[in-house]
Amino acid sequence: MDADPRRTEERILAPIFATTWRFYAVVAVLLGIIVTGGFFWSLQLRYGLAVAGMNQPVFWGLYITNYIFFIGISHAGTLISAILRLTGAEWRRPITRIAEVITVVALIMGSTNILFHLGRPELILMPFLTPQFLSPLIWDVCAISLYLVGSIIYLYLPLIPDLALLRDRSPRLRPLYRALAIGWEGTPRQHALLEKAISFMAVAIIPIAVSVHTVVSWTLAMTLVPMWHTAIFGPYFVVGAIFSGIAALIVAMAILRKVFRLEEFFTPLSFRNLGLLLITMSCLWAYFTFAEHLTVWYGHEHSEMAVLDSRLTGSFAPYFWTMVVACFVVPLAILSFRKTRTITGSVVAAVSVLVGMWLERFVIVVSSASHPRSQQMWDLGTYSPSTVEIAITAAQFAAFVLMYALFAKLFPLVSIWEVQEEALAPENLGEEGSLPSK
Amino acid sequence: MAIDLDRCTGCEACVVACREENNVPVSGAEATGHGRVTEWLRVERYMEGTFPNVRMRFKPVLCVHCDDAPCVKVCPVSATYETDDGLNAQIHPRCIGTRACAHACPYTVRSFNWSDPSWDAPLEQTINPDVAIRWRGIMEKCTFCVQRIRRVEDGAREQERDARDLEVQPACAQSCPAQAITFGDRSDPESAVAKAFRSPRAELPLEELGTGPRVVYLKEGEWNGRGSSAD
Repeated sequence: MDADPRRTEERILAPIFATTWRFYAVVAVLLGIIVTGGFFWSLQLRYGLAVAGMNQPVFWGLYITNYIFFIGISHAGTLISAILRLTGAEWRRPITRIAEVITVVALIMGSTNILFHLGRPELILMPFLTPQFLSPLIWDVCAISLYLVGSIIYLYLPLIPDLALLRDRSPRLRPLYRALAIGWEGTPRQHALLEKAISFMAVAIIPIAVSVHTVVSWTLAMTLVPMWHTAIFGPYFVVGAIFSGIAALIVAMAILRKVFRLEEFFTPLSFRNLGLLLITMSCLWAYFTFAEHLTVWYGHEHSEMAVLDSRLTGSFAPYFWTMVVACFVVPLAILSFRKTRTITGSVVAAVSVLVGMWLERFVIVVSSASHPRSQQMWDLGTYSPSTVEIAITAAQFAAFVLMYALFAKLFPLVSIWEVQEEALAPENLGEEGSLPSK
Repeated sequence: MAIDLDRCTGCEACVVACREENNVPVSGAEATGHGRVTEWLRVERYMEGTFPNVRMRFKPVLCVHCDDAPCVKVCPVSATYETDDGLNAQIHPRCIGTRACAHACPYTVRSFNWSDPSWDAPLEQTINPDVAIRWRGIMEKCTFCVQRIRRVEDGAREQERDARDLEVQPACAQSCPAQAITFGDRSDPESAVAKAFRSPRAELPLEELGTGPRVVYLKEGEWNGRGSSAD
């Protein structure tokens, strides 16, 4: 890495100061997708959820799938940032910021699904006004609210010194940066306080993140629905969340380094390390999946077998087996070998994992919902997403990218002061396991 | 409530009566084809044997008003609750439509209003003024015709007596030509329903889940009450 702090600044701040026509073109396309989704949402608001593909007994469909998927993606920030910060892994320095942004944006996008899902979206605040604390949905509201607030703080704290830099150097929006920099001068006392606050948040955010996807899984697992009602769901969902979060981070890194010319920060080393993490999580995920399905198969309980059969050989088999290949076979085949553990290789594996994990959420939600204990419902509930649901889903992904792009235009994507700190302390270079330098 | 499956002929008079009494909207062919039907009571059909030696079995399925109801626990806004006399009730204005209760219910007897309720003419003239019309985006379910229960209770109170056994007739019980459905107060050991619960022919639906159903099915031994579907 370049040791010249001035050059590091220039490279990182370049996307904020200069915007090409291509950026506006992408924004226009994204806005187009979002507006289309908005139009279809207006149809749903006008005619009710009848225009969505859900039915009896599949009361939960694509919106809940997206909800679980996005909340899962949001675990990228926590793992990479908090865990690696605590263990003092130096290679995380350039990538913590983009991971934390994924967390915040994914949480916001995930939560919007509640709005699309509810029968009466105008009453979305009711759970805050009259909560019934025995409901796993209320646990969910609590956990996700806490996680959103926590991760915004955790994103904001390391941003403060960079905001101060922007306050001094940005040609525009200075009042905004001045307000957000809250008087940062870079004194040793401020640095000490900031380090302390970041360390505290890094510790605090990990249990919150684990609780979030556990509780998300409990909204399913607390019911008596076959193959939802299992104790493995908590850890299974957390593992899946971290797994898809790492994949999202790899894809984000690959896109951002190309688009904003940040190649020197998102190095092959980062891709290699994240790729190894991805394999680890892939194996863990496969182990959980195997354990869950073997238990059901061996027990051979009538109503659970209906779900299992639909996954292994029935109507959900194409999704299920694609999921197995995408989440386990592909990443393992690519990332196990040094030769293919390249940037391109890890991106291919990561995209495959993202597709696979989305399918996993879909299969879990819909195949169980289609096979409740009341057997005569089995024939009734064939769920296929409607145009409305697909358009709204596309809009969500577009909004995810758009929010990310807007962040990139307002704030530095790489933590400038942390990278400079590393560059100025060469004895820390590459020494994993050492304490973060002061 | 006790439902005698050996008496049930599958005529679905109860289904129609329930719809009429409780203002359950007509979903129409298209919505029904997509599985988006609103109903509080359905008659499930089971086929035994292979053609030509087949025998049809029928089973009216409605909310069993569980003693320990899974649907009550999962509602985030307390829109569903258990009344003092053991009914599982839905507070419509409170419901926000998460449909968590619909999945929590192992009997799948809760219905969602996928669209605005509608009645083709002249059915709109049959709307029962005793029952509020629900709107789209909320759950609804069997109430054991609570409006009839309350009316009998009020009448009995005015006459300073207790309600007599079988005095309350939910629409399904009243309309059943085979008199397969009996409704009453199970806490009175001498009531017809309490006797039905003690019958050797009695079987509680999904008893193994421990939900404590307040609906019992009566039937002779050879049929397990489930079997494979005929539809």
